[in-house]
Amino acid sequence: MSDVVLAGVSVAYDGAPVVWDLDLSVASGEWLALIGPNGAGKTTILRAIARLVPFRGAISIGSRAVTELSSREVARQVAVLVQEPQMPVGMTVSQYVLLGRAPHLGYLGKESARDRGIVREVVRRLSMEELASRPLDRLSGGERQRAAIARALAQQAPVLLIDEPTSSLDVGRQQSVLELIDQLRREQELTVIAAMHELTLAGQYADRLALLVDGRLAAVGPAAEVLTERAITEHYRAQVRVIQMNGSGTAVVPVRS
Amino acid sequence: MTATVTVSVVSERPAALAGMPRLPWPWAAAGLGALVICCAVGVLVGPVHIGVGAVVQALIGGQVDPGQANILWSLRFPRVVLGVLVGGTLAVSGAAYQGVFRNPLADPYLLGAAAGANLGATLAIAFAPGTSILGVNIIPLAAFVGAGAAVAGAYALGRSVTGLRSATGLILAGVAIAAFFNSIQSYVQQTQTASIRQVYSWILGRLVTAGWDDVLLILPYVILSAAAIFVHRRLLDALTLGEDEVTSLGIPVRRVRLIVVVAATLGTAAVVAVAGTIAFVGIIVPHAIRLLIGRSYRVVIPLSMLFGAAFLVLADAGARTVVAPAELPIGVITAFLGAPFFIAVMRSTRAAAL
Repeated sequence: MSDVVLAGVSVAYDGAPVVWDLDLSVASGEWLALIGPNGAGKTTILRAIARLVPFRGAISIGSRAVTELSSREVARQVAVLVQEPQMPVGMTVSQYVLLGRAPHLGYLGKESARDRGIVREVVRRLSMEELASRPLDRLSGGERQRAAIARALAQQAPVLLIDEPTSSLDVGRQQSVLELIDQLRREQELTVIAAMHELTLAGQYADRLALLVDGRLAAVGPAAEVLTERAITEHYRAQVRVIQMNGSGTAVVPVRS
Repeated sequence: MTATVTVSVVSERPAALAGMPRLPWPWAAAGLGALVICCAVGVLVGPVHIGVGAVVQALIGGQVDPGQANILWSLRFPRVVLGVLVGGTLAVSGAAYQGVFRNPLADPYLLGAAAGANLGATLAIAFAPGTSILGVNIIPLAAFVGAGAAVAGAYALGRSVTGLRSATGLILAGVAIAAFFNSIQSYVQQTQTASIRQVYSWILGRLVTAGWDDVLLILPYVILSAAAIFVHRRLLDALTLGEDEVTSLGIPVRRVRLIVVVAATLGTAAVVAVAGTIAFVGIIVPHAIRLLIGRSYRVVIPLSMLFGAAFLVLADAGARTVVAPAELPIGVITAFLGAPFFIAVMRSTRAAAL
């Protein structure tokens, strides 16, 4: 089981509180989208789950507290896809994906044939064989995002944390990246927690949305419940129309009066 | 609890995936070849002509003229071996510093090792010339201690200011410590005029050696340093990712950084203690390898050892012959040969790769 449970989690940066007393639970295999205005604490929650930032309260994955795990054990449970992954100049796609095996190696360990086999399978799964020996700096934006997903997948962690998976992609590539993540989630029973700013897409792909405002949970539930005109107007200070699209999700459309 | 990911690993052996990091053997062989050739040049070049046959005979324990044997065993062989150790160490330490600090301009002296060594040597030359401790000349000891003290000072200062969160804090601390040590060194050098020439020649760097003593003196540190950096080459590759990304892979970033910096500093302090501050090797050798061969530290570290060693032995042979019978400081040759080569490499490859 790889459910993620946060109980009374608070995070502060240099004494300034960013997340307050947050309770949240994500079921194994679920996709939860963290939504909310800029600075609401979405990224901070992801960083706390991956233990990249100290927190108060309790976070557990599959009923084990993350604070009791070594950092390598955490990395075997949780793969993180940051918003703007560093793409080292001159590094090939294969080499980059191979870095995802780090949590399975000892401190000075060397990748085995099995590790290389897993990388090969992941690269094949994402149809990147043609790009395997290409340097990262010569990939397009969409290809880079796929490479980053491949590296996270090579980690073989049951929980995938994603920070803004579609920023700086056009609408077609946004859809194909999200479809890919969703397919992988089903195939490999991944638990996905993603910070998302595209509200319509968040509603279409996630099972539930958690709306964060000033580090607190304002609402959590399916898209139809969370994405209301009132809530979005109040918390985002945006003028929107929310349209139910008969089985195709909830559209949040900005309007200009 | 185990990962539930079901990536299946096929049992038969399919073709290996392209682009995996590995040391290109032709280049490794070329590096080894270059090292052997440069060592041969280093042994054969000198005021007294000694033929290839005599060198081979000396090496395999055959019949050699005693005068020639003496020149080879007490002058040329130790000097070439010292060149190998110094060049390899400076190149590898430079590569390691560049990796740890993610800064292409980082060289082994970045955290003040050169300034500390210069100050230590200057103090020893000015105030305690000819002294030795436990049979070891005080100058290399003072330089070694100075280099270690400067880097430790920079580390402590950087840590107290930024808590090692950023490499920039450490680099700035190194700049401050180096400036401070340099000012004291300049003051001592200017006020102790009797020793100014010796101090100046020490600072410019040279491989004039007392024989095997210097080699044996630095050998343990150099081996330890190179081995420690070598086993971290996979982790140095991982450090090229962002801070959060490396940490989320379960890699203890700070520990890696600390061990590699200590190892590179130990090697640098040792070679600086016997050879002075030889500039440029730690920058151009790793960068030339990155531009021409590959950027993975699995390539850069081992090839820096080979090509750095070859380059310095060759530069030393040049330093001994250009104005023979006098000698040029080796730093003059490393920069004079190295800079145009490096510019040519930069122009012929994509500058964006820097």
